[in-house]
Amino acid sequence: MAARHSMQEDRRRALVWSYVFLVIFVIFFLTPPLYMIITSLKSSAEISAERLPWWVFEPTLENYQALLGSDTYPIFFRNSAVVSLLVVAITMLISIPAAFSLSRMKFWGSATLATGVFLTYLIPDTLLFIPLFKIFSLVNEYTGIQLLNRWWVLIVVYPTLTVPFATWIMIGYFASIPKELDEAALIDGAGYLQILVMVFVPVALPGIIAATIFAFTVSWAQFLYPLALTTSIDQLVLPVGIITTLIKGDVFTWGQIMAGTLLGAAPPLIIYAFLMDYYIAGLTAGATKG
Amino acid sequence: MAQVTLRKLVKNYDETPAVRGIDLDIGDKEFVVLVGPSGCGKSTTLRMIAGLEDISSGEVLIGNEVVNDMPPKDRNIAMVFQNYALYPHMTVYENMSFGLRLKKVAKSEIRERVESAARILDISELLQRKPKQLSGGQRQRVAMGRAIVRDPKVFLFDEPLSNLDAKMRVQMRTEIKKVHQKVRTTTVYVTHDQVEAMTLADRVVVMNAGRIEQVGTPNDLYHFPATKFVAGFIGSPAMNFVPCTLEEDGDRLRVRLTEAIVFPVPGSRTERYRPHLSADRLLFGLRPEHIFEQRPHLEPEQYAFEVPLEVTEPMGMETLVYFDVNGTEVCGRVNPLAGAVSTQRMKLVADLRQMHLVDDASGRVL
Repeated sequence: MAARHSMQEDRRRALVWSYVFLVIFVIFFLTPPLYMIITSLKSSAEISAERLPWWVFEPTLENYQALLGSDTYPIFFRNSAVVSLLVVAITMLISIPAAFSLSRMKFWGSATLATGVFLTYLIPDTLLFIPLFKIFSLVNEYTGIQLLNRWWVLIVVYPTLTVPFATWIMIGYFASIPKELDEAALIDGAGYLQILVMVFVPVALPGIIAATIFAFTVSWAQFLYPLALTTSIDQLVLPVGIITTLIKGDVFTWGQIMAGTLLGAAPPLIIYAFLMDYYIAGLTAGATKG
Repeated sequence: MAQVTLRKLVKNYDETPAVRGIDLDIGDKEFVVLVGPSGCGKSTTLRMIAGLEDISSGEVLIGNEVVNDMPPKDRNIAMVFQNYALYPHMTVYENMSFGLRLKKVAKSEIRERVESAARILDISELLQRKPKQLSGGQRQRVAMGRAIVRDPKVFLFDEPLSNLDAKMRVQMRTEIKKVHQKVRTTTVYVTHDQVEAMTLADRVVVMNAGRIEQVGTPNDLYHFPATKFVAGFIGSPAMNFVPCTLEEDGDRLRVRLTEAIVFPVPGSRTERYRPHLSADRLLFGLRPEHIFEQRPHLEPEQYAFEVPLEVTEPMGMETLVYFDVNGTEVCGRVNPLAGAVSTQRMKLVADLRQMHLVDDASGRVL
């Protein structure tokens, strides 16, 4: 009886502590967005007024109206959306077959290649943007094709970040799929492409979705490349667009910055919310024993 | 339907040999079991027949056709895997029909064949379920169904029962035998379990360290093992091996295990054993079931001896008794009513008609 009692006691204590830490984390992570929402609903006058910053006394949507009505913000949003969606598509088109062949087909140098893919990812973009800039200007010099200051060039540049990492995490996920599954399909008469499309992709969906989320987040939030490679207002994507147009010298239009950032954070949030359910549901599917 | 032939089959992984030159003829409609300890090359051999593993040298023939360079799908085989390898996102029906759909078989024929296979395996009720909604035994049936539906020349089974619990394993074992009796397709079955091998096979192939030790019917292997390995591998509890010397006794021979325990060799074996009189490392082999309690009437060639028992293990239908002969533990199987008691002396009988003599240097049974 005593032991049982103390076990319940232990359980309760563990629960209490989990809640304590969860609350700390929630406060830590939700305070900034909360502050952003509050600020985005204030007029510039109220923001600079010396009043309690945690409350909106005269709520207004003027910041949102100004942004959505502006000539530039919808363009940034469109550029970001097109770039990110195409980057995700390109990344998946390259990464899924790459991860499949690297994890399943043994060919000369496949192991080295897999490690090479990972090493590629370790090279930071801060190291790459100057050479990329240089290459683009050389291309322009010799062929006359202008790659700099063109938003669509980001569609070619971002996959250098997303493909290696997406491939790498999918290699890991694919490796966890029993080899017998593709061997069974092989005996059943499927070719490699059929195995990939009819067996592998459906089974590996959770891993593929994880890689998709990653690729989207990276391209949506990428800051350095567009900052270095695009300059004209109509060529900018959201993160760079917001700071370029809303910070004028030392004047910060805080209300619009907050509103713009919040709107910009919405697509990843929606995608996470939608795909997470699927992601977790996929994890519990039983391929073999168990 | 087809026979399968292996000729000088070799598989090397990098420099490590896994299969070291195997010759085997498997007849049409025959059920052959490859059995051996893990790492003996049995699974590799099966995978080479399936085409899932490249052949280092030698040949695999299915129905008189060399298939070395033929991809698995063209070999007209079906395989059942240890972990079932069902497609988790497809229903049972889709799983079973996958191969036929790839071959673009007419829908009505697919339905017919799936339903007929489902009837054989008693899984007609499960066709619309997903694999994760099935028990282990049901998944195993679906995996077999997927194989039957394709009406292949050869069935390949790779340890199909290893993932099941003991009771289910026995049930599915019978099931596999029944299915083979109905479908009568040439079958190659791999297992490490000698009971499975004995109960299922028309012929058993015992493998060890990449080589075939012996091929034979279950009864042949049990009664006439060719090597010490086979003698020890087949049968449970395993055959006893006691170092012995062979002596002349008039015109007959006798084996001496200790000063006190000496058995006359059955007359029918005198000529066979005589050349080995001078051999220095001989083992006397006798299965536990051929060492039993003293009975009122002994058959010819059954000899009594008395030993102190070390341990007794009552099993219900029999009692296992363990005793020491010259430093070697020996096991016997006695009637539970014979009154075997640990640490007490007991009179036992050895049935010498079932004895084996092993040359320990070569591992051959003489």
